[in-house]
Amino acid sequence: MADLKKSQDNTKLIMMLLKGRTLIVLGLLVIFFSLATPNFLSANTMLLLAKHVALYGILAIGMTYVIITGGIDLSVGAVVGLAGMVAGGMIQKGLTFESMGVTVYCSVPLVILAAILVGAIVGLLNGAIITRFGVAPFIATLGTMYIARGFAMLHSNGATYSAITGHEALGNVGFTFFGGRIAGIPVGAIILVVIALIAGFLLTKTTFGWHIFAIGGNEKAAKLSGVKVDKVKILVYIFSGICAAIVGIITAAQLEASHPASGETWEMNAIAAAVLGGTSMMGGIGTIGGTIVGAFVIGVISDGMVMCGVSEFWQMIIKGLVIIVAVIIDQFQRKMEAKMALQARNESKNE
Amino acid sequence: MAEAPEIIHTDDEVVLHAEKVSKIYPGTKALDEVSFDVYKGKVNVLIGENGAGKSTLMKIIAGIEQESGGELFMGGEKVHFDNIVQARARGIGIIHQELSLFPNLNVYQNIFMAREKTKNKIGLDNEQHIELTKKILARLEHPIDPMTIIGDLRVGQQQMIEIARNLIADDLKILIMDEPTSSLSEQEVQVLFKIMRELMADGISIVYISHRLEEIMQIGDYVTILRDGKFVASAAVKDIDVSWIVKKMVGTKKSYPQRKEKIDWSKRETVLEVRDLCLPKKGGGWLLDHVNFELKRGEILGIYGLMGAGRTEVFECIMGLRPEHTGDILINGEKIEIKNVSEQIQNGFAWVPEDRQREGLVQTMDIGKNISLASLKSYAKGILLNSAEEEAAVDQNIKDIHIKVADKRLPILSLSGGNQQKCVIGKGLLTKPKIMLLDEPSRGIDIGAKTDVFEIMNHYADEGLSLLVVSSELEEIEAIADRIIVLSNGIKTADMVKEEVTQDKLVMASYKGHTKAGRES
Repeated sequence: MADLKKSQDNTKLIMMLLKGRTLIVLGLLVIFFSLATPNFLSANTMLLLAKHVALYGILAIGMTYVIITGGIDLSVGAVVGLAGMVAGGMIQKGLTFESMGVTVYCSVPLVILAAILVGAIVGLLNGAIITRFGVAPFIATLGTMYIARGFAMLHSNGATYSAITGHEALGNVGFTFFGGRIAGIPVGAIILVVIALIAGFLLTKTTFGWHIFAIGGNEKAAKLSGVKVDKVKILVYIFSGICAAIVGIITAAQLEASHPASGETWEMNAIAAAVLGGTSMMGGIGTIGGTIVGAFVIGVISDGMVMCGVSEFWQMIIKGLVIIVAVIIDQFQRKMEAKMALQARNESKNE
Repeated sequence: MAEAPEIIHTDDEVVLHAEKVSKIYPGTKALDEVSFDVYKGKVNVLIGENGAGKSTLMKIIAGIEQESGGELFMGGEKVHFDNIVQARARGIGIIHQELSLFPNLNVYQNIFMAREKTKNKIGLDNEQHIELTKKILARLEHPIDPMTIIGDLRVGQQQMIEIARNLIADDLKILIMDEPTSSLSEQEVQVLFKIMRELMADGISIVYISHRLEEIMQIGDYVTILRDGKFVASAAVKDIDVSWIVKKMVGTKKSYPQRKEKIDWSKRETVLEVRDLCLPKKGGGWLLDHVNFELKRGEILGIYGLMGAGRTEVFECIMGLRPEHTGDILINGEKIEIKNVSEQIQNGFAWVPEDRQREGLVQTMDIGKNISLASLKSYAKGILLNSAEEEAAVDQNIKDIHIKVADKRLPILSLSGGNQQKCVIGKGLLTKPKIMLLDEPSRGIDIGAKTDVFEIMNHYADEGLSLLVVSSELEEIEAIADRIIVLSNGIKTADMVKEEVTQDKLVMASYKGHTKAGRES
């Protein structure tokens, strides 16, 4: 009896360690890099890290929603580029209406709105293609990825809009605010925190959030329970598109330039962050908190290794290994949970 | 209790003997020490209700599933099959109930899948494939072009390919046929019987599962009856008749909570009326053929029938999953336009689907959330969920229907099958339905939980909820229903009130749609 109790305590401890594993890994990484490079733990480095993490952190939040429904969104990186180009173009070139022969320069809030709208439209397109025509999310978003990237390139014929600071005379200054800092904290990081809080709240405290979980856990059961599966899915892809557009705005503002190729392969970082954070690629499981920690793990590896002088190529290899190990541990955790559930079931039978 | 199993005395040679074979799945015993003989060159029929364990036994013999206990013997030698390849090496072939062909590949590719002929051990010898395919199809009197893609064939033709696939094994000793005629036309059935006789003349033994009793009398040599995973009786077909089979299949009574109240139903208002419900079958024919019925307030209406009789399809039509159906569905005398599931839930329907794991539960969510899933909207102001209200409703529900739960935050899979099922029922009840559709609500749960489920149904019916219940278990449906309709082959073949119901009548009606007279009536 005592042995049984002990083994149960052991499993509980292992489960706790498993659940907190990403946080533990993050802690270990921070300790490692602070020992390896003396400057790592400085406020400056940390703020720079936050600035970097904000970008794929926001992408990863949208991606987490999508992955929890059992889908994937490959188009986010391209949307980053497209939204940045739309914003940059509106500030530098304005909108020209040839029929009337005028060029309109919009104020920054309108520019932001337009960029976000572009992201939402791509998301709507993704959702509609997936739900109305039954196209697999991987394929549908692969298609829109190329389309969005193509439009980003077309926008300037592949050129970069540089120095998109706007002109006082045109009334469109202030865009670079999103690349700046408030009280020393990068604006991007603040936006990350705000979006994370909203997304976490929506996911756990609203019917919409629970419907997302239900769809990913068992789409058929969700449908038969009256969940409007198609509607929820479309909203989720729109949300992901909007997150990507926001990242596009922040990136352009940080660089004070819009480059049509920006955001390339960022979707992979977003997926990696979500998966590291415990989001199940099978759908139905995931948290925003976990995703943020996952994003920081990736950020610490990248920044830390740069500071250690490790080559970019080694960084890739190490990132890949970390992701694979994380998913293996994830599988282990699921098996253990299933075992514990079965155990609980058998015990309740013996009663 | 059941009388002692009858043993057959015969001089026929036994080619395969199963000795006290058991199969245990988590939570249920699908087969309980069943012994079974396959006689050489004969048609050995296996018969029983849905869930009696016929298919499980066949899968063990064919190497698809492995026995949990007991032994198999072939020619006096003990055998065990870890997989279908080992069984095939011993000359055992199986034709599945659900076709297991590759619809994307052509006829000869299907026939030679995993037993390809090769040139020099590497290249495929397609000329030989085509030639052998032509030969075998000619023998089956179905000269289909070997290059035809399987998906383009009619179901009956596909069945022939399935048979052909097994015939090309040259050392075939036992051929298992799991309801091979369910999708064949009368003419095709006769061809199949002719082929079976030829095979028997070659010394091949046939194990035959069918729901069509008259067929068994026509083609069978020996019959073995299973019930609830147990052996009931076996006999030589020449010694018995259809009513003997029905009696053995039905068995003796179990006790379930009975509907007791005497109610004058003619005075109760009709809440649901289904008129001329038709559902076309892919490739011709009907899944539902002009089905009519009505449901009173507080009534439990049972729908009995064999698998594939169209029972689940009735529910699917009502819930909006089958937009291709025709016919009218009326609630309180008013015709409704059926759009989708969520709207039907708002119209006052709740559905407890047949397959708990695939359609009822969200395995990744906890117990509480599984219960509140369908009614979440009613605990929300705008989009914000009122957790306190939700939890109170879930707690009340758990108490009302006696779900045994230590903590509602535990994963749903930590519950026993019976309690999982109660959660699915509870989820439906929380939407405050007027009509509840339950599809095999007692499947795969133990007797205690079954009784609980029936008590829940009784209780809510007394409070005015109308229930439609599909069940394959005679005792259950007889006990729980105020009235029973029987579907057979998509046709309503009986409609009787509780006093008229006998198990024999139900079984007879459930086969009626397959006979010519039944189809015309």
